[in-house]
Amino acid sequence: MISQRALLTGGIGLAALAVLAAVSVVRVPEDQQAIILQLGRPVATVNTYQPNQKFGQTGAGLVLKTPFVQNTVFVDKRIMSLDIPPQTVLSTDQLRLVVDAFARFRIVNPVRMYQTVGSEERLQQELSRILSSRIRNELGKQRFDAMLSPERGQSMDAIQLAVNRSALAYGAEIIDVRIKRADLPPGSPLEAAFERMRTARQQEALTIRAQGAKNAQIIRAEADAEAARVYAESFGKDPDFYTFYRSMEAYRKSFAQGNSNVVLSPSNEFLREFQGRRGG
Amino acid sequence: MPWQNNEDGEGSGDKGGGGRRNPWGGASGGPSNQGKDGPRNPWGDAPRPKGGDDRPRGNGTPDFDEFIRRSQERLRGLGGGQGGGGNRGTGRGMPDIPWGLVAGGLALVLIGMTSAYRVDAGERAVVTRFGQYSSTSGPGFHMKLPAPIDQVTKVQFEDIRTDLIGATDGDAENLMITGDGNVINIAYAVRWRVKNAEDFLFQIADPNATVRDATESAMREIVGRSTLNNAIGPERAAIAEQVRERVQEILDSYGSGVLIQGVDINKADPPAAVDEAFKDVSAAQQDAQQFLNQARAYAQQVQAQAAGATAAFDKVYEQYRLAPEVTRKRMYLETMESVLGKVDTTVIEAPGVQAYLPLPEVQRRNRQAQEAQQ
Repeated sequence: MISQRALLTGGIGLAALAVLAAVSVVRVPEDQQAIILQLGRPVATVNTYQPNQKFGQTGAGLVLKTPFVQNTVFVDKRIMSLDIPPQTVLSTDQLRLVVDAFARFRIVNPVRMYQTVGSEERLQQELSRILSSRIRNELGKQRFDAMLSPERGQSMDAIQLAVNRSALAYGAEIIDVRIKRADLPPGSPLEAAFERMRTARQQEALTIRAQGAKNAQIIRAEADAEAARVYAESFGKDPDFYTFYRSMEAYRKSFAQGNSNVVLSPSNEFLREFQGRRGG
Repeated sequence: MPWQNNEDGEGSGDKGGGGRRNPWGGASGGPSNQGKDGPRNPWGDAPRPKGGDDRPRGNGTPDFDEFIRRSQERLRGLGGGQGGGGNRGTGRGMPDIPWGLVAGGLALVLIGMTSAYRVDAGERAVVTRFGQYSSTSGPGFHMKLPAPIDQVTKVQFEDIRTDLIGATDGDAENLMITGDGNVINIAYAVRWRVKNAEDFLFQIADPNATVRDATESAMREIVGRSTLNNAIGPERAAIAEQVRERVQEILDSYGSGVLIQGVDINKADPPAAVDEAFKDVSAAQQDAQQFLNQARAYAQQVQAQAAGATAAFDKVYEQYRLAPEVTRKRMYLETMESVLGKVDTTVIEAPGVQAYLPLPEVQRRNRQAQEAQQ
């Protein structure tokens, strides 16, 4: 009975210790930053983001606090995403483009973040608002083709700088701003682009066919010329004999059908012998 | 979710609540009853039966089920604990069991169970001590400090994940503007895996969305530098490779611990609305090819004819030069013979018109032909 009583005392003591530990020790995970508030006033931060810090050497782990007087607020330490709804941007030459951008940010000053907006969700809302208006402003200064061009990178840098300046006031740092999509709005602008593509293709098809016809004609003409040269080289050796030779060939071909009537005069060379030799 | 928060089967919240509830549950019941029955041992021997005759387990063997049941009963009775104190006395008595030892044993088992963990093939386990990163271990059986101190988060490490962007089937189109102001319908996939488990866990809040966003952005960037004709044809593979490099660059700048295995362009076509015009271009190319083929065939033919005719003439001319007069005469007569042998020939003595050779046979043939026509 006595030993049990001792055990009981020990148990209660242990439980009390556990409770004391629970209220006076805070476990800060590696991916969270903690603010210690004393009666609502921030007095310390734990495991804040430091660039190039290796995991395991950060401030994460167990932290002591005064029970009941102090409490802790956790703030995400990781890189978070900022996805804004697609923005319709009007270029200087009055063309519309639907831009879907995103940003990545990190909370670098948790106390400022906590004091200005209170929570990550509200911070995201604020930053989205800033980012949307910055994108509209910055891209709206450009011509349509510049918006689409690779030089867009520069305006993205300008946007990032501007948003970053505003974000620092909330204790956040913008790591990257990128355009995910940049599309022509559905309806007439897209249709116009399609029409332009279509006519460009039709023109291309016409050109290809015309080029093909031209080249074909050249090939034929070259062949004809070459044939003419070959003929001339050969037949030019004796034009008189060629005339005779070719006539003979033509006669054979022309009368080959056998359905013509030929009327000959007896003085024809062919019939000369037919009349018999007349002396000379 | 690609990674699960695995704390050896027990959530941290469960540990605080449930762990304390069961073995220590009696302790909390103790003080409330103290006022009634005097100082009672919370470990179960207080509600001793009056007669003490019906002790079913006097041998002291700990019956765990019984223990659980009684603990639960006691907890249930906490609400009306004051009144229930007397009633409980009528119930069956608790055996005289060294509950402290049981609780200690249980605690030891629990500690033992949470001190070892297994990492399957293809996984990495990230161990944190009081939340702080302590180590990463590969597949196998490992030891760690018990649960509340060390916690293990497992990451599917070797697993290659694939994100499809844009649809390969007909209806949905993922349109993108190319560098020359055209529109392309493109569908692609990004394959990635974890490169560094602790970065993957602690650096980025939403790795899946991050990879996806970065890929989309990089694809726009690279396609925006290419022309439509190149993107749908010859430069497809090059574009995919450039996108892979670009995505890796972006993700490395976040320190995301993600490795991009590859980007595959599954479809890169002109949009359906202009497809007809694009098909006409390839039809035109084939037409042009056809024109050329026909012309080449003609050229072959003409040149072969020329070669044949001139070769024949040259041969004859060679012979002709040896004996011009005779050859000429012979050729003439042979030709006439052949020609006049086939046709109807009439010889007329000019100026009087007299037929020398009105070949009767030929006239008959003509008549037959006329009859046949009728």
